[in-house]
Amino acid sequence: MKPVHTSFVDAVKDIHDGATIMVGGFGLVGIPENLIKALLETGVKDLTIISNNCGVDDWGLGLLLQNKQVKKMISSYVGENKEFERQVLSGELEVELVPQGSLSEKIRAGGAGIPGFYTPAGVGTPIAKGKETKVFNGKEYLLEEGLVADFSLVRAAKGDKMGNLIYNKTAQNFNPMIATAGKVTIAEVEELVEIGDLPPDQIHTPSVYVQRLIVGKQEKRIERLTVSD
Amino acid sequence: MNIRERIARRAEKEVQDGFFVNLGIGMPTLVANYISDNKQVVLQSENGLLGIGPYPTKENVDPDLINAGKETVTAIDGASYFSSAESFAMIRGGHINLAILGAMEVAENGDLANWMIPGKMIKGMGGAMDLVHGAQKVVIIMEHVNRKGQPKILKQCSLPLTGKKVVNRIITDRAVIDVTDQGLKLVEVMEGYTVEDIQNSTEPELIIADDLK
Repeated sequence: MKPVHTSFVDAVKDIHDGATIMVGGFGLVGIPENLIKALLETGVKDLTIISNNCGVDDWGLGLLLQNKQVKKMISSYVGENKEFERQVLSGELEVELVPQGSLSEKIRAGGAGIPGFYTPAGVGTPIAKGKETKVFNGKEYLLEEGLVADFSLVRAAKGDKMGNLIYNKTAQNFNPMIATAGKVTIAEVEELVEIGDLPPDQIHTPSVYVQRLIVGKQEKRIERLTVSD
Repeated sequence: MNIRERIARRAEKEVQDGFFVNLGIGMPTLVANYISDNKQVVLQSENGLLGIGPYPTKENVDPDLINAGKETVTAIDGASYFSSAESFAMIRGGHINLAILGAMEVAENGDLANWMIPGKMIKGMGGAMDLVHGAQKVVIIMEHVNRKGQPKILKQCSLPLTGKKVVNRIITDRAVIDVTDQGLKLVEVMEGYTVEDIQNSTEPELIIADDLK
């Protein structure tokens, strides 16, 4: 049994100034909407946030940016956010861009106890600056280090009270790796079920990775609505 | 037919029956519209979907189902969902037959620049740096010249690279050019252009294919 919180603010209140946090999601899909909003309320500052994107100006991690709570972002793509651009250009915000496959693998490695790995992504580009390289079978690779965090915030479609999680469609994205790489992982689930109600062979995130649970209703804003009719 | 459509239709010929394909954001995404019904093709989206379907009807929009361009999509029968780490394992591991991407500049040795203009805002490279090394074949589609009419196919890229020696083929509104060990080889000239036109709008010296189309 994992603690099931009823207050989002309580669930995140020990996230301290200067903490490193990982936040699941790709664009606005699969983000833990209410945990992010709770950080606005606690007002925690100088966060280093590891997340593929940084929300949009008025939603997701963009809200924390507007409120100047972010010191550094580690992401693969941040192009949807004007406030982001302003803060980077004015020197208020630090940004480290990482190729998306390297970012997901750095998080996976961090959670799996692997301190580093070699990848071809970024060789011969500005990303390679200061990184060790090695040749395997005649091809050059660079060393990327694993990432861990003080807290990980994820969103799942379903969770049981043990902390097992199941994600929905492309809302899975970075969430499973992020769940493994936080010292404390807080899962916001759309639906919480009893132990035994989730089929064990369908679990995406086994319970060992999750320390806290909370049920949250999601707005699920759509960034680019494209339809065929 | 506008330029983008013409390029996308030509790029479709690169897609073979049975291929697993990743299409980049923007013009490459348009290629999906022209894939012949005679080919069984599975489109991969790096946010964790193998088997992208058409855009949904208004009624069937699912906010949890998007492509890498963050557009709402559907999934075909036989599709699968997975994590971003799994997605890039299949990309980096060489399991994707073809990646079609856009470019700002391509160099004669296959260097690609498509993610950053220094001095302007840096948006990030997304998955491009992983894709160019992992896909079995990398095809670039772009307009042959930039807005000022200057070549985008250069002896050396002036912009920061996405990858070194990673491009196999370039398809533009004017020509199809292969990157070979000997240099750039002109293999097709589009209707309305001559070999001379192509050479004049391409910085490196072109080798003319014996079976030039």
